[in-house]
Amino acid sequence: MTAVERREIALVDLLDRLLAGGVVITGDITLRIADVDLVRIDLNALISSVNADVPSPWGD
Amino acid sequence: MTGLRYVYAVCRPFGAALQAQVGGVAGDPPRLLTHRGLVAVVSHVPEADFAEEPLRSHLEDLDWLTATARAHQQVIDALTAVTTPLPLRLATVFRDDSGVRVMMEEREESFLRTLERLDGRVEWGVKVYVESAEEQSAAAAAEKPASGREYLLQRRRRTRAGEEMWQRAEEFATRLHQALSGRADDARLHAPQNPALSGAAGRNVLNAAYLVPRDHSEEFVELVDRTKDDVPGIRVELTGPWAAYSFAGENGGTEDSREGRS
Repeated sequence: MTAVERREIALVDLLDRLLAGGVVITGDITLRIADVDLVRIDLNALISSVNADVPSPWGD
Repeated sequence: MTGLRYVYAVCRPFGAALQAQVGGVAGDPPRLLTHRGLVAVVSHVPEADFAEEPLRSHLEDLDWLTATARAHQQVIDALTAVTTPLPLRLATVFRDDSGVRVMMEEREESFLRTLERLDGRVEWGVKVYVESAEEQSAAAAAEKPASGREYLLQRRRRTRAGEEMWQRAEEFATRLHQALSGRADDARLHAPQNPALSGAAGRNVLNAAYLVPRDHSEEFVELVDRTKDDVPGIRVELTGPWAAYSFAGENGGTEDSREGRS
């Protein structure tokens, strides 16, 4: 796998998996946090805070 | 101090020790909670940050989300080095150990089935970007139009070039996805990434994940590498190997999609 560039994982790639992937567990004994609709977190709201003046934390 | 239980993943019992320097979410190194034939990987996290209300607001805080996502990923990575973990959705929290045990028992069969399906497999991410017509023709259209008529002609040319590029990208992405799916045990399409979020140049036309046996990964990566420079204006990016996040759902994929769940 030498040809693959290894860079720090981009946050968006991580969030694609952590917020849209993984097993979703729901149940009464959980705090129902699994029910929180993580997938629908409005990431657009985050963009403004990033783009304001700070350089993007996830690099290129 | 008791705290809540943050669960990263469920695995089959594994012999090897976890890498020592794994910090864990909230700075609590991951612990193994064994119940019957399964192991849950758990951190103790403070209620002040992980109860429903504070968690909800934390998730809208980019710095907090970034730190938590990276800590979560670090644990999953360390697990991937020693076993095939079944990753849970970010921020899956239980009140106490017994809550985790009850959950493991309730879902035991499905966990075991999924772990068997994922055993020895990793996920590779492949994204295809197309440079926008504006970017493409920016250089070409550098000369100022002499007249309104000239301007309209340039504009029309640019639009046509954009459409052709778009079509080529679609065909390229479809072909690549078919070829890679043929080499993978399973495939998933993620929603294209927002360029404002990714900071990546161009438009993301394919954002796919492929489940590939670890042993066949090298060939898979080579196949992706070979397509990289096939078409000008189109860029292919590979990420991985990941734990099989996109294939953790019971029916083979994520249990819901970007479009929401019912």
